[in-house]
Amino acid sequence: MNIDINFLGILIGAIMASSVPLILAASGELITERSGVLNLGVEGMMIIGAISGFALMVMTDNLFLAIIGSMLSGLLLSFIFGFLTQSLLTNHVATGLALTIFGIGLSAMIGKDFVGIPGKEFPLLFVNFKEAVPFFGPIFFGHSIVFYFAFLLPFGTSYFLKKTKIGLIVRAVGDSPLSAANQGINVLLVRYCCILYGGAMCGLGGAYLSLIYTPQWIENMTAGRGWIALALVVFATWSPLKVLVGAIIFGGITILQLHMQAMGIRVPVQFLSALPYIMTIVVLVIISRDSRKIKLNTPTSLGQIFYKEK
Amino acid sequence: MIKIERRDETSNLIYFLTPVLAIFLTLVTGAIIFYLLGFKPLEALKFFFITPISDLYGLSELLVKATPLCLIAIGLSFCFKSNNWNIGAEGQLTFGGIVGGGVALLFYNHEGFYVLPLIILAGAIGGMIFAMIPAILKIYFNTNEILVSLMLVYVSKLLLDYLVVGPWSNPEGFNFPETRQFSDSARLPILFEGLRIHAGIFIALVSVFLAWVILFKTYLGFQIKVSGLSLKTAKYAGFKGKTMILLVFMVSGACAGLAGVGEITGPIGQLHRMISPEYGFTAIIVAFLGRLNPVGIVFASLIVALTYLGAETAQIFLQVPKYTGQVFQGMILFFLLASDFLLFFKIKFLGFKKYEY
Repeated sequence: MNIDINFLGILIGAIMASSVPLILAASGELITERSGVLNLGVEGMMIIGAISGFALMVMTDNLFLAIIGSMLSGLLLSFIFGFLTQSLLTNHVATGLALTIFGIGLSAMIGKDFVGIPGKEFPLLFVNFKEAVPFFGPIFFGHSIVFYFAFLLPFGTSYFLKKTKIGLIVRAVGDSPLSAANQGINVLLVRYCCILYGGAMCGLGGAYLSLIYTPQWIENMTAGRGWIALALVVFATWSPLKVLVGAIIFGGITILQLHMQAMGIRVPVQFLSALPYIMTIVVLVIISRDSRKIKLNTPTSLGQIFYKEK
Repeated sequence: MIKIERRDETSNLIYFLTPVLAIFLTLVTGAIIFYLLGFKPLEALKFFFITPISDLYGLSELLVKATPLCLIAIGLSFCFKSNNWNIGAEGQLTFGGIVGGGVALLFYNHEGFYVLPLIILAGAIGGMIFAMIPAILKIYFNTNEILVSLMLVYVSKLLLDYLVVGPWSNPEGFNFPETRQFSDSARLPILFEGLRIHAGIFIALVSVFLAWVILFKTYLGFQIKVSGLSLKTAKYAGFKGKTMILLVFMVSGACAGLAGVGEITGPIGQLHRMISPEYGFTAIIVAFLGRLNPVGIVFASLIVALTYLGAETAQIFLQVPKYTGQVFQGMILFFLLASDFLLFFKIKFLGFKKYEY
C-alpha cells in the first residue's frame, strides 16, 4: 500500500502545481475587484506575461529577469486598462475585452520567433525531501519558488484586506468610492495601484505556465485560464482564502481529466478537456443561485465608473 | 490650465465622428509600430489597408469577411444595447455551424431546393439554443453571463473537434479532421463567377434592415434601449426584464448561428476545426465601432474585415505575423473607448489665469 500512498501524494502535488496560475491570477484580480474595478483582461495579461517571460528567458538566459519582466509586462498592460477606465472613464467590460483581444494578438506577434524553442529547467526547492518523505514529500517539496509564493499569497491577501489600514482603504474605495473620496482618500491612486498589482500577478501567473509548468511557448497557451480565474473570484465571493480552495478544485479537475485520458477511459478526449469549462459553469450556477450572498459580498461599486467633479 | 467639464448633452455629430478619430489614431499608432519594427511606415500601411482591396478579387474577399462580422455584430448590438454582455458569439457561431453542418451531412447525397433553407434554419436555431444557456442561467440562477457564454466557446469548439475527428469525419477522407464536402444544393450560391462572394451577404443585409426596424420603429426596440440606459427605469415602467434577456440572447445567438452556417455553406463547404478565425470575438469590436447602430455596424464590419485582409497581405509582403490584424483590432477598440471621453466631457483650455475667489 506504500506505493499507492506515494502515488496519491504525487497526484496531490500535481494538482497543487496546476492550480498555481489560477491562484496567482485570481488573487491579483481579487484585489483589483475589491477596489471596485472589473478587469476582464486577465486572459490577455496572462498570455502577455507568458510570452514576455519566455522571451526574456531565451534572450537573457536569466530566469530571475524573466520572472520580473513578465510581471512588468502584465503591469504595463494593466496600466493601459487603468488609464482608460480610471482617467478616461471608459466602460470596464468593453475595455477589459479589448485588453484580452489585444493581448492575445500581441503575444502571438511577439511569440512567432519563439515557437519550438525548448525551455530551461527551473530550479526547484527542497528536492531531497521530495523522495525522502513518503506521501507528504511530493506534495510539499520539490516545487519552484513561485509555487510557494502562490500558496502563501491568499493568506497574505486575506491579512492585507482584513488587518491592515491600506487593506481597509482598498475595501472602502471598492464599496463606496464617494465616501472614501470625501474622507480625503485618493480614489484614483488606490484604484490605479490595485489595477497594476492585479496586472503584475496575472503576468506572473502566465510566466508560471511558460517557464515552469510547461516550459515552452505555445500560442494561446493560457487556454482560458484567465477566464476561469475571473470565475474563481466570483466563486470565492471575493474572499482570498476561498480562491485557494477554488483553484485547487479546478487544478484537480484538470489533472484528473489528464489522468483519465492517460488511462484510456472510453470517453472522447475532447469531452474530458471540456470538463474544466463545464465545471466552471456548474460552479458559477451553484454559487450565484444565492443572489443575496453574492450581493452582500460583491464590492458595491464593482465595474462602475467613478467620476468626481473637481 | 486645463479644465475638464461634463457635457450637458452629447452631440450626435461627435457620437459618429469619434469612431473616425479612433481609426485615425489606430493608423498613426500602427505606422509608429511598423516604423519600430523596421518597415517604412507609409508603405507598410499601404500593404495593410490599400493593396488588399485594389482589385475585384480583394473587394470580394472584403465582403466575404465582412458578412459574418456584420451578422454577428448586429445580433450583439441587441445584447449590448440592453446591458447583456454576451461575449460568447464565437461559441454560438460554432454550435450553429455544427447543427447546420449536421443537417448538411444528413443530405449529403440529396439534391433539392429545400436542402439549403433547412440547413440555414438549423444553424440559426442551433446558435439560438446555445445562446439561451447563458440567458436562462442568468435569469434563473443569477449567473454571470460573461463567464458562462465565454466558457461555452471552449465547449463548442471541443465538440466540433470531437465531431470532425470522430463520428462525422469523412469516411473517404484518410482520417483528416474534416467532414465530407456538402452537396451542391447545400451550398450558398456564388454571386460572381471566379470570386468567393456568396449569397450570405443578402442574409446579412436583411438582418441589418430588420434590426433597424426593430430597434428604431418598435416598442420592443424602445424597451431594449431604455433597459440599457437605466435598469431601474425599465423596472419602474414594468418592462418584462427576464423575457427581454432571453429574447436579446436568442436574437444574437441566431445571428451568430447564421454567420456560422453562412461560413460552412459559403466559402468552406464542409466542417473542419477552423470554421471561424475568431469572427465571434472580433464582432464585439465591430458592434462597438458601429456604435451599436445597424448602419454603423455595416461600415464598421467593412473596416474591421479590412484588418483581416491587411494582415494576410502584410504577412506575404512584409513577413509580419497575421496576428498583427488582431493587434490592430484591439487598438481600434482602445482608441474608440478613449475617444468617448470627448463625448461626455469637454476639455477647456483656460490659459494661465490667476485664481479668482
